[in-house]
Amino acid sequence: MWRGGADGAFQAFDVPRQASQTVLDVVTHIQRALDPTLAYRFACRVGMCGSCAMMVNGVPRWTCRTHVDKVVQKNELTIGPLRNLPIIRDLVTDMREFFDKWARAKGEFRGRNTRQDDFAKVPPASPPRAQASAGIECIGCGVCYAACDVVAWNPDYLGPAALNRAWTLVLDERDRERTERLRAVAGDAGCHACHSHVSCTERCPKHLSPTASIAGLKREVAKAVVHGDL
Amino acid sequence: MTFRGEARLWIAQRASAALLAVCVAVHLVTIIYAVRSGLSAAEILERTRGSPGWFAFYSVFVLAVTVHAPIGLRSVLSEWAGWRGRSRDLALLFFAAFLAWIGMRAVLAVFA
Repeated sequence: MWRGGADGAFQAFDVPRQASQTVLDVVTHIQRALDPTLAYRFACRVGMCGSCAMMVNGVPRWTCRTHVDKVVQKNELTIGPLRNLPIIRDLVTDMREFFDKWARAKGEFRGRNTRQDDFAKVPPASPPRAQASAGIECIGCGVCYAACDVVAWNPDYLGPAALNRAWTLVLDERDRERTERLRAVAGDAGCHACHSHVSCTERCPKHLSPTASIAGLKREVAKAVVHGDL
Repeated sequence: MTFRGEARLWIAQRASAALLAVCVAVHLVTIIYAVRSGLSAAEILERTRGSPGWFAFYSVFVLAVTVHAPIGLRSVLSEWAGWRGRSRDLALLFFAAFLAWIGMRAVLAVFA
C-alpha cells in the first residue's frame, strides 16, 4: 500500500482473507486494525458516491465494488492513489483539477426557460435523449481520468469525465450554451486531443463510454466549424 | 492555435486519412498485380510515363501524406517531446513542404 506523498513508498501489510471481501474492506482493515494513520476516502460503500477509487495492481478501480478474488495476484494486492492526480497523502489524491476541468468544459446546465414556462417535452426515445441517457450515470470517481494516457501526456487535457459531461449537455435541447460549450471542448486541451485509446471506456465502473461521447463532440465541433457557427 | 484552427486540423486529418485508405489500397494492389511476372524499371516507366490518370492518383496520394503526416506528428511532438506552440507548428510547416517536395519530385520522375 502506498504511504506518504509523491515521494512516498509502498508498505506491506498482512490482511486476513474473508469471503466476499472487497478491496475497500482490505484498506479499512488496515486503517482500523493495523495502522490508524492511513489516509483514504470512502463514503457510500455501494458504488454510488465515487469517492473510493484507487489504483489496484496498477489499474484504476472503484474499490468498494471490486472483490479481492477478482483482482488478487499470488495472494498480493498493490494499492495506490489514483494516477494523474497529485497525491495528498497515502491513498488520498487532490481532485480539484479533475473537477475544475468539468467547470472548464462548461459541465453546468444552463436552461433557456424560466419558471413561467411550461415543462420542456423531450421524447424519451429521441436519439439525442437516448445518447444522453447513455452518458449521464457518471459518479465522478476519476477512474477514467486515471486510466487516460492523454491526461498523463497533456496535463491541460480536460479528460474523459469532463468531456462526457459536456456531451450529455450538448445533447440537451433545453440547454442554451451549446455554442460556448463546443468552443470550450474543442482543441488541443479538449476532445481533439483524444486518441481513442478506449482506456476510459474499458475501466469505467459504470460501463459508460466516454470515448463515444468524445467522438460525438468531435463530430459536433466539426459540423459547427464547417457551418461557421463557432 | 485557436479552437477553430484545431478543429480544422482534425477535419483535415480525418479527410486525408480517408483519402489515404483508398490510395494505399490501390497502391498495394497495383504493386502485387504488377510484379506477378517480375518487375523492371522499364516496365514501371512504360506504365506511368505520360499517364494522366496515374499522375493524378499519385499527386493526390502525395498531397494526402503532406497533410496527414505533419498533423499526426504534431500530437506526437507535443505529447511525447513536450514541444508546443508556434515553433513546433512552423517546423511542421517546413516538414510538410519537405514531404510535398520529395513526394512530387518522385511523382514527376516517373511520369514526366
